[in-house]
Amino acid sequence: MGWYNKRLAKSIWVFHMSGSPCNNCDIEILDLLTPRYDLERLGIKLVGSIRHADVLLVTGIFNQKVAPKLKRIYEQAPKPIFVVAIGTCPASGCCFKDSYNAVAKREDILPIDLYIPGCPPKPEAMIEGVAKLVEVLNG
Amino acid sequence: MSLQMVFYLLVFPGLLFTAVLGLSIGWLDRKLSARFQYRVGPPFLQNFYDFIKLLGKETIVVRDSVHSLFIAAPFVAFAMLVCISTLIGVALFYKQGFLGDLFVLMYLLMIYSIALILGGSATGNVYSSLGAGREIKMLLADELAFILICLVAIVKAGYEIGLAEIAAVQQARGAFIASPSGIIAFLIGLICIQAKMALPPFNIAEAETEIVEGPLMEYSGPPLAFWYLNHFMMFTIYPFLLILLFWGGFSANGLGILWFSLKYLLIVVVMIILKNTNPRVRIDSALRFFWRIAFPISFIALVLAVLGV
Ligand code: SF4
Repeated sequence: MGWYNKRLAKSIWVFHMSGSPCNNCDIEILDLLTPRYDLERLGIKLVGSIRHADVLLVTGIFNQKVAPKLKRIYEQAPKPIFVVAIGTCPASGCCFKDSYNAVAKREDILPIDLYIPGCPPKPEAMIEGVAKLVEVLNG
Repeated sequence: MSLQMVFYLLVFPGLLFTAVLGLSIGWLDRKLSARFQYRVGPPFLQNFYDFIKLLGKETIVVRDSVHSLFIAAPFVAFAMLVCISTLIGVALFYKQGFLGDLFVLMYLLMIYSIALILGGSATGNVYSSLGAGREIKMLLADELAFILICLVAIVKAGYEIGLAEIAAVQQARGAFIASPSGIIAFLIGLICIQAKMALPPFNIAEAETEIVEGPLMEYSGPPLAFWYLNHFMMFTIYPFLLILLFWGGFSANGLGILWFSLKYLLIVVVMIILKNTNPRVRIDSALRFFWRIAFPISFIALVLAVLGV
């Protein structure tokens, strides 16, 4: 798979999915995709359908209601697919960690490959995170 | 003879040439669009990377879909485009018309659209079927004007329907674009191919922001890769067709090749500028535009052509 992963690293299509965040991280992801940061020069493109995606960008704490949907969307994606968790929320629960409706273990819902902490992380931090993913794919 | 046919189909004007040129021109499209937005844009090989990556992904066949149709549609469309590019290319570069005439070409182009419609409606997805419906309406909208401008070329060539004959008449008597009816037909043709390639402002059927890529929504892996390739192959097919019908074809001496490349690039750049400066129109305004404005104008061009202007 090494050869294929190298090709994959050059053309990463992302799908953005929000799993009950405070919405700030989503806005920051949209900032990331503006002409100012120009992710297309790295081959990264936002796609509208999960069937076209290679990377799932997920935000938030995954509450009880949204967790089954997250799982379903992950299962609808063509493999290989990588999950990148944006923000402190998926990493530690952030300010919502004592919320009554957060799922107990986020790792049981989605196999998260990469955490990009920050509340919200700056677009530069997200680019660095993606660059790390590319590094891993390149072996 | 048959070996030569295979070469035509698979290598020079056909599959390999059209695909490679299409993907490269697709880069020009993305790069120029990026420059319009003050971005840097993707590297040259980006479209090739995307295509290879999609080939290696998992293919998901939706349970509620009509499986055979769902899988066959992109490949049928691809086969049609290879045939079309061979037809046009052989007439352009080899000046031979033994393969078929303009009417065959129109039918083949329609089969491409029909494959897209069938593929979209076979998925059983609401958004896909909406996109397929819109594709049908777009076909109704642009086909009328497109057929009329093809007729203009036929009339101007002295009622010849062969592609090579149309090019030969222009080589002998000068390009049709120099006459009033020719230039009108060429400009209407430019708008028609914008609609046929589903580029903005006519990307109604694949509107990413409202119906998430329409007919292509449920596709993944290799079938999606072929839809992707089809889209870029049309970047060579339609401009070549316009040059063949109105702009004097191709002559094989040194200056002729340069001329041809310049014409081709000019058409593509105009298409990209149109694409980047116009927002998507609604389906009813597209229909109104094609039936109330483009159709009468192309009809006038046809009348002028019959009168010999
Ligand atoms: S990490 Fe911070 S900004 Fe992002 S969703 Fe959670 S609380 Fe909001």
